[in-house]
Amino acid sequence: MTAALRFDPIRLPPECEKLRKEVRAFLADEIAAGTFDPHKPNREDSDAPEFSRRVGERGWLGMTWPKKYGGHERTFLERYVVTEEMRVANAPTRRFFVADRQSGPVLLKYAPERIKLDILPRICRGEVCFAIGMSEPNSGSDLFAAKTKATKTDGGWLINGTKIWTSSAHIADYMIAIFRTSPSTKENRRHGLTQFLVDMKTPGIKVNPIGQITGQFEFNEVVFTDAFMPDDHVLGEIDGAWKQATSELAYERSGPERFLETYYVLTELVRAVGKDPDTRSAEGIGRLVAQLHTMRRMSVSVAGMLQAGKEPVVEASIVKDIGTIWEQQLPHRVRDLAAFVDADASNHATLEEQLAFAMKTAPKLTIQGGTTEVLRGIIARGLGLR
Amino acid sequence: MRRKKIPHPKPGKMAARIVRTAKQGNAVAEVENIVVETAEKIFADLANAQTINHDTKGSWKAPLWQALTEAGLPLSWVPEACGGSGASLAEGFGVLGAAGRFAIAVPLAETMLAGWLLSQANIASPEGMMTVAPCGPKDRITLGTDGTLSGRTRGVPFATDAKHIAVLAQGSGGLSVALVEASACRIEHGFNLGGDGNDTVTFSNLQPIAIKPAPKSFDHTTLLLMGGVARSLQIAGALETLLDISVRYSNERVAFEKKISKFQAVQHNLAKLAGESAAALAAATSAADTIANFKTFDDAVFLEAASAKIRASEAAEKGAAIAHQVHGAIGFTLEHILHRYSLRALAWRDDFGSESYWAVELGKMVAARGADELWPLVASR
Repeated sequence: MTAALRFDPIRLPPECEKLRKEVRAFLADEIAAGTFDPHKPNREDSDAPEFSRRVGERGWLGMTWPKKYGGHERTFLERYVVTEEMRVANAPTRRFFVADRQSGPVLLKYAPERIKLDILPRICRGEVCFAIGMSEPNSGSDLFAAKTKATKTDGGWLINGTKIWTSSAHIADYMIAIFRTSPSTKENRRHGLTQFLVDMKTPGIKVNPIGQITGQFEFNEVVFTDAFMPDDHVLGEIDGAWKQATSELAYERSGPERFLETYYVLTELVRAVGKDPDTRSAEGIGRLVAQLHTMRRMSVSVAGMLQAGKEPVVEASIVKDIGTIWEQQLPHRVRDLAAFVDADASNHATLEEQLAFAMKTAPKLTIQGGTTEVLRGIIARGLGLR
Repeated sequence: MRRKKIPHPKPGKMAARIVRTAKQGNAVAEVENIVVETAEKIFADLANAQTINHDTKGSWKAPLWQALTEAGLPLSWVPEACGGSGASLAEGFGVLGAAGRFAIAVPLAETMLAGWLLSQANIASPEGMMTVAPCGPKDRITLGTDGTLSGRTRGVPFATDAKHIAVLAQGSGGLSVALVEASACRIEHGFNLGGDGNDTVTFSNLQPIAIKPAPKSFDHTTLLLMGGVARSLQIAGALETLLDISVRYSNERVAFEKKISKFQAVQHNLAKLAGESAAALAAATSAADTIANFKTFDDAVFLEAASAKIRASEAAEKGAAIAHQVHGAIGFTLEHILHRYSLRALAWRDDFGSESYWAVELGKMVAARGADELWPLVASR
């Protein structure tokens, strides 16, 4: 038999529901205070430093990390609840999201103690923003083709080259990046890359904004010219970044952000069709809700398996594959179903505006954080095809 | 060829062992215990797809049913007091998943559902094959003031094979559960896509063997959702096997001088099939877990059960298409076992309300609750 896929029917434990109420109440207060408008995902400025600090004050950053580093030693399932409630409310999470999900865990695992004690508590307080320096002008999905070079010098490394499509680099305090410390070898083309912690204030780093088709300027080109990285900013094994990259991907790939990115258009469609929809609208909404529910159950299941110490790498890739395709198609399905909605419906303008933004957002969803093609390659490997 | 019989535990004994092995409230997937293992062993020994596929006379059916009966599986959901083996709902759902993985073509799911329905009204289950009626949202059987049943129901699985039919009937004073002899009904034999019995059953002033009022909270929707979840699990099981045999075939078949599993287009198709199989499995096991543990029948239970039928059915369509595409012409032959799984997965979509029916019902419920109540409903699961 092919290795069986597992999606155990894991339920969020009772403590999660209390937490969910707290998060909802907090977000309702923030909305009432005008911090953000949940109906407007297309904000010009999604950076909200004060909001970020208040989320930190509530203890919702670094939730699963050790207390010694400012964390709260709670479960992945509790973190899951916070993440999904923030996402559904369209809360401005940009400043802390990457640090909390990805960069913090990398530091926990590979950074020297001094750096952990310095940076992790600040992430937990919502004070620092992280970017991820993976892609380069000629190396996207093919991560191991990265060329940006780290050359050994006294007490550290000099970085030269360019990272690109780097989300939030313009507001980031730090970046976790991979640089080439040795050439790849014939036996292992993945050899020779090293993970570094980059302080974005380092001289020799220039951030150039890149406009996106949504009209936003969220990603950037980051140019390194003799930028100096001290030795203790090397994360993990020199030349061995490839060994470190894979296990964290399960966390990155299976979360609620992988199918809820355009969720707001579904809410607005339900509002627009009203309490008594025609058969066509009812069926369309019913299918979308069934698909959404299924995806969330798969995603919670992966979170639960991670909490239990399992490594559901293939399952996580499946969640991102079908989740991102679903959230990509969602605005188009909603557009179909809204075709006969009364143009005088009270929320018609909101729906139109949201659809326009969601349809412009849609193409990136199956590219960022691992393309559909890469994911299917991983799934195929898990099935024993490669 | 009749294999040497495996010593299966007798119904009563099995029930006793179940009590010791399964804790109440266990998640379905964790209940990989003696009941599911017993079922799988019987399926593997007596329902081998290759053997069945070449046996045009159906001589495998009687020994398979015999072994299932001896293991107490058809009456899994019937309490011991009503003549069954008193397995938990979760264990029974586990058996149905296994039945799907083997595309079992005897009325095991139907007899389990019939026994479950009869037990709702404390009616003892008889021995032998059973089925349930009605199995579609539009069909109704009425209970007359003279105590007889009338009505016509379509798409009743295996009515021709069944000895008895468990019926949910609408009387002037409410719903009743009845047990009738299949031979007393008029049965027009038909077939579903997979070639299994799919019959039209007519009741004309039929006197039931037993009839009792259904519990107050029980209605047609309850029966359809239970049947729908059973079918979702079977579909998910069939998709697991479709994935398995498609992966294996792609690793054997050579074209253009390499195994077709080495072609990226084929790999990506199989990855999509894995995704559909996973979605069906997740939706179905989640719904089964919900039904096995629910306290009140609320919107959340409806969401789970309806979603399982909708999503598993959608997965059947996409998954079966990919499995066939990977197999090429050989998968289109009667000789190959692929159709046993693909056509049944597609056929099962129609029973107990199609995905279109449940989507409309779910959509109506979501709309009636209102836009801002959608997320709280989804998040409650």
